[in-house]
Amino acid sequence: MTEIASDLPAVVRDLIGKPHYVEQTEFPIEVGYVYNMCAAVEDGNPLYWNPEVARDLAGGQIAPPAMLSAWFKRHHWMPGAGGERKPMQLYFDIKDMVGLPEGIVASNEASFGEPVRIGDVLTTSQYCRALGELKDTKLGRGRFCTMDVVTVNQRNEWCGTDTYNFLIYIKGVR
Amino acid sequence: MSTTRNLTFGEVGEGQELPPLTYPVTATTVVLGAIASRDWRPMHHDRDFAINRNGTKDIFINTPTNAAWFQRFVTDWTGPKGRLGRMKFRMKVPVFPGDTMTLSGRVVRKSVDATGCCWIDLDLAVSVGDRVNTECQARFALPASADDNPWQRHGDRWQP
Repeated sequence: MTEIASDLPAVVRDLIGKPHYVEQTEFPIEVGYVYNMCAAVEDGNPLYWNPEVARDLAGGQIAPPAMLSAWFKRHHWMPGAGGERKPMQLYFDIKDMVGLPEGIVASNEASFGEPVRIGDVLTTSQYCRALGELKDTKLGRGRFCTMDVVTVNQRNEWCGTDTYNFLIYIKGVR
Repeated sequence: MSTTRNLTFGEVGEGQELPPLTYPVTATTVVLGAIASRDWRPMHHDRDFAINRNGTKDIFINTPTNAAWFQRFVTDWTGPKGRLGRMKFRMKVPVFPGDTMTLSGRVVRKSVDATGCCWIDLDLAVSVGDRVNTECQARFALPASADDNPWQRHGDRWQP
């Protein structure tokens, strides 16, 4: 459900519920990162290590579902890319627009759809689903904000959604 | 076809505990996970930054690596047919190098959806000593029988 506080300026209200920052992964999904993550947590699941098992169970090699957010992290540096490279740019835009400079993640939930396959090119869209009324909290005066990052593959099949509930606020003001 | 052991839905009961997993965390554990999840933020590899800028006692495991540990923990138990559908986190206290973390879990609910997909809902935790560092609720699909395979569900037949 989309919740929009009544006192928001029209320019902010207009952002809510619409896709923003529609971006593709910077490289096709590659198995080296999958091995790195499996090695990091010593995950010996043959679905990720054994192409024969992967073919039998999942129709080919796939990435662990919980890696979904990794594919949209930008390179630390790229030729021609200037300035700080932030994920979730819509979140920073909204904080600026409503004058609430601080933010914390109150909760995070992810749901996973079609498996991400080696060689896939993924597309992500950022949505603000809800931006609540001003409230006084322990941290300061702020609003609760719900944002989704929705991922689809090159066949436009849904691969997953990351949902973040943020408190955005200004310190000390109550 | 793989002969790997896979848990079926009928073999699991509500209230069942998963076998715990204990792991000694090192700086390498933290950094390997940060790199694999493409998280370049310094609090996951730079001890000086973590202490003096973040105010934590050391570098610490990031959220995607926490998710990967939970995923591995559950599929070690289910076998490779166990398919993650949903995961929700509450990170309370970071996990640092030098900590011995224990992953634990319990089946809180079994259900079958309208498409016939068999689900288990799990309460999971990472603890260090008596303190719970991260809580997680996760939903996994399990095969209904030895012939079933949740990974073959697509589109409307997969509703996590």
